[in-house]
Amino acid sequence: MTFTLLTAVLLVLTMLSYRLGRQRVLASGSSVKDMHSLPSYYGAYVALWCGIPAFLMVFLWQVLEPQFLRSITLSGLGDTARALSETQLNLLLNDIRSLASGGILSREPDAAMTEAAERYSTWRNISTALWAVVAIAAAIGGLSYGRRLVNPTFRARPAVERVIKIVLIVASTIAILTTVGIVVSLLFEALRFFGKVPITEFLFGLQWSPQTALRADQVGSSGAFGAIPVFAGTFLITIIAMTVAVPIGLMSAIYMSEYASRRFRAIVKPILEILAGIPTVVYGFFAALTIAPFFRGLGESVGLGVASESALAAGVVMGIMIIPFVSSLSDDVINAVPQAMRDGSFALGATHSETIRQVIIPAALPGIVGSILLAVSRAIGETMIVVMAAGLAANLTANPLQAVTTVTVQIVTLLTGDQEFDSAKTLAAFALGLVLFVVTLGLNVIALRVVRKYREKYD
Amino acid sequence: MANLAETQTTEGVPVANDDIPQAIRIAAERVSVFYGEKQALFDVDLDIASHSVTSLIGPSGCGKSTFLRCLNRMNDTIEGCRVAGNIKLDGVEILSDALDVVQLRARVGMVFQKPNPFPKSIADNITYAPRIHGLATTKADFDAIVERSLRRAGLWDEVKDRLDEPGTGLSGGQQQRLCIARAIAVQPEVILMDEPCSALDPIATARIEELIDELRQEYTIVIVTHSMQQAARVSQKTAFFHLGILVEEGETEQIFTAPRDERTQDYITGRFG
Amino acid sequence: MTDIATTVPRPLADADSAARIERRYRQERRFRRIGLAAICVALGMLAIMLITIVSNGYTAFIATEVAIDVTFDPAEVDPDGTGDPAVIGRANFQGLTRNALRAYFPDVSGRTDRRDLNKLISVGAPSTVRAALLENLDWMGTTQTIWVKAGADFDSFNKGQIPRDVPESDRRVNDNQVSWFDQLAANGRVEKRFNGTFFSSADSREPEQAGIRGAVVGSFFTLIVTLLLAFPVGVMAAVYLEEFAPKNRWTDLIEVNINNLAAVPSIVFGLLGLAVLLNLFGLPRSAPLVGGIVLALMTLPTIIIAGRASLKAVPPSIREAALGMGASPLQTVTHHVLPLALPGMLTGTIIGMAQALGETAPLLMIGMVAFIVDVPGSFTDPATVLPVQIFLWADAPERGFVEKTSAAIMVLLAFLITMNLLAVLLRKRFERRW
Repeated sequence: MTFTLLTAVLLVLTMLSYRLGRQRVLASGSSVKDMHSLPSYYGAYVALWCGIPAFLMVFLWQVLEPQFLRSITLSGLGDTARALSETQLNLLLNDIRSLASGGILSREPDAAMTEAAERYSTWRNISTALWAVVAIAAAIGGLSYGRRLVNPTFRARPAVERVIKIVLIVASTIAILTTVGIVVSLLFEALRFFGKVPITEFLFGLQWSPQTALRADQVGSSGAFGAIPVFAGTFLITIIAMTVAVPIGLMSAIYMSEYASRRFRAIVKPILEILAGIPTVVYGFFAALTIAPFFRGLGESVGLGVASESALAAGVVMGIMIIPFVSSLSDDVINAVPQAMRDGSFALGATHSETIRQVIIPAALPGIVGSILLAVSRAIGETMIVVMAAGLAANLTANPLQAVTTVTVQIVTLLTGDQEFDSAKTLAAFALGLVLFVVTLGLNVIALRVVRKYREKYD
Repeated sequence: MANLAETQTTEGVPVANDDIPQAIRIAAERVSVFYGEKQALFDVDLDIASHSVTSLIGPSGCGKSTFLRCLNRMNDTIEGCRVAGNIKLDGVEILSDALDVVQLRARVGMVFQKPNPFPKSIADNITYAPRIHGLATTKADFDAIVERSLRRAGLWDEVKDRLDEPGTGLSGGQQQRLCIARAIAVQPEVILMDEPCSALDPIATARIEELIDELRQEYTIVIVTHSMQQAARVSQKTAFFHLGILVEEGETEQIFTAPRDERTQDYITGRFG
Repeated sequence: MTDIATTVPRPLADADSAARIERRYRQERRFRRIGLAAICVALGMLAIMLITIVSNGYTAFIATEVAIDVTFDPAEVDPDGTGDPAVIGRANFQGLTRNALRAYFPDVSGRTDRRDLNKLISVGAPSTVRAALLENLDWMGTTQTIWVKAGADFDSFNKGQIPRDVPESDRRVNDNQVSWFDQLAANGRVEKRFNGTFFSSADSREPEQAGIRGAVVGSFFTLIVTLLLAFPVGVMAAVYLEEFAPKNRWTDLIEVNINNLAAVPSIVFGLLGLAVLLNLFGLPRSAPLVGGIVLALMTLPTIIIAGRASLKAVPPSIREAALGMGASPLQTVTHHVLPLALPGMLTGTIIGMAQALGETAPLLMIGMVAFIVDVPGSFTDPATVLPVQIFLWADAPERGFVEKTSAAIMVLLAFLITMNLLAVLLRKRFERRW
């Protein structure tokens, strides 16, 4: 609540400073025509001086306060606390916090805890008050400093625009920060995993059974974290998906861009795109509810044993999901082939299909390959369909009728439910995530480069 | 060029002569073309003589390219385009639905404004049409077709050592001659050329014009051109189009020296266009 | 001419040519048919999927209800005669409800049979009765006919999802129960009514009590966070990259990075959220706040790419005109370029939001997969979202959840279609050709 109040106060101060800045320059006696900038820029300038330092203080407080309070609380707990493990310590601190705010505890509070809780709440109040004062002081200080700078000859507009531009630059770097965040967090956790399980074991081992390795005496036990079966399962399902998606997607794109009348295209294309807009969880449900039993029944009727969570069902449904992806990308690529190519072929007396197969497809091939690579990367990273329709057991098999597991399924199963964050089991998910990220990134980089090269060729 | 002279003498192909009237190869009667609601060509009557070069001239958008594309039914590929009237090739109606456009286009080849070699090797560009039309089966046959076509297009000496390289790697003028070679690989009777030199430099243009002049010994050529000088240089017959109407046609010399129509006069003297 | 014809067969003159042409046209027709077939397969799959979902799901919007005659004996409900709703609310409504049912079937005796009988009505029935009484305190001392939800199995049975003609051992409802149920039905005490619970309550272990309200509200909170973060940042980034950024390696890097980020699997964003937002910054698990941040990072590339495309579509002449009038570059952008590009940016944002609404995987990573029976009230309350609710129900073993899952999918698809239609309308309305 104090946080909301403080924010409100600072916002009011910022708005006030806008008015003050405007008023000051208007009160200076010179007419708007003689000022360097419009009055509103002077207002904005002062408002920036008031708001930015103050909100920076608030932000700093939000980041630093937990650390500060933690060390204050711990300082009084003495040696007993120091002997605790990280997890137990966190639990203890949680309880102290709950005690201070009157929440539910996981144990009976002892004297030391009560004392720590009191210290915690005292210091929290002090720090809140302190930072509120500091932030408001910063706001007022900034206000008066900025206001002093304001006079009709002051170049307020460029100054304000400089700040806005910096904000824009910061906004555009968030994408970079996201990537850095992904890489750093995945690498960091994966390295911790490789500290427990050797990387060679992970990359080349043939046994994957992380659930049994949960028990303390088995952490890192040999054979439990060999990811080859997981990679193989991912590969198998991806291949099945591509066998469905590439021919259907490509042929749809060809029909759509080469044969279909404008009316047909106008109606069918948006309908096909609905397939792309359906959430993957719906495909997963469809796979588990309809397609998997269908394949099992089909298998039974011809005397084949099909697992209820067969790679086939998951792969086929994933393929259906990817059809519009392949077809819309290939459609673009095929349309980028210059009309002159078609004319040249038609003028030689080629039929339409001969033109398509022997001129257009070869001309569009790099672009088509690029689209397929993007589709593969999409299939590898797809999660919900496989979580709902593929299995959990890591079978090393090439038989699509059996159940296999994938990288994404394992990440989900390892990280949902009860977890202990430092266990090899949860860290393994990050190692898998790192592999997933590196592979999809590699595919994307190659695919985007191929497609771009292709586009340049016909521009 | 030597081989060309040879074919002339040994095969006894009648040599076109500017003075002697030619047999009529294509006869167009009351040809109108509509793009959707818009009419682009109005009742064009034009006869095209065998073994000669006929130029179609006129300002942009006058319908000359549209007319050219009627002659091998390339307008079929444009959605919403409708052609009315009659066009007879050697007495056979080509606008009828019963006619097979694939076979028509094998007889009436076409070269486009911008060189458009396929992204295949030079040899594959040439053999593409013979292969789909089933004109040859053995590799030796195909090799012979490649050599003959490239020789006739005057490109053989320049590319004989790199037949496996992509056709798109050639210079603009070479690409256009490759396209001509590609068109003549199936031995068409008529070759249509849609401003074949407009994307080329003067030297390449001169080579193509030379080639056109040689090719008329064997083929009937219809060329759309923007350049009146080019029409005067390469063609025996000229037809002037304006606003979708065939204004005047006749011997090239007559059109350029003594046009009967005022509009033709204005155009060739550069008053518009 | 004739000489040439002897060396190379002429297509028209050749005797074989008719057969060859025929073959080529056959190939042409076949190729065309394959193309059409591909489209039909894709459309057919879409149709099968939608039909499966609708045919499985429409029954969830109606629920079987059973009428029971509940006697509100003051001695039992309010022994002290206080008339205080707080006291009355604590009465044993489960007993009241069961007694009402038992009174209707006086012959049923024995523990097993009674337990079977109780299954005819939902375990949520007592709270229905309680709510009804608290609304009508004057019912005290009377007997009232109250409609309560049937048990999940009987709901399915009544809808024909559990067929009558299978052997008793394979059926989730036994023959006794069927005869009791038929008896109720014969007396007009069974009805199918609109299932308001589905829209008004949150998740539940009992299929007949489960609703999507909690998930819808959770999705709403999550998307608000996503929108508040992704839209301004996306627009600012697009403006900077398109209008101000110098062409150098740094902006190249940003550009490549954005394109690649758009193709990073969504689950990786979930890992980022788990490692950074939950473990490093200590934000609460299962909260819409965290879900919203993760989805914002995920949709940001979409919005930036769409934003740049619509900025690019504004012709340079507009910028030149504004700059020529002496406007600063920033004024040019904010006064002239941005308003013209805004519809396109909004369209991109709506499409990005639709993607975020359908996203499941990253939210599993940050704990939004928990079983939550309360409708979330703030951005930090534990919550789930619509697609995750679908995932949870799809995993539930009870037969009754199949129709709920399908119905929830129908609701989700309805939201998505609305959003996409909005985007299409926006594009149509403001489409401008320069």
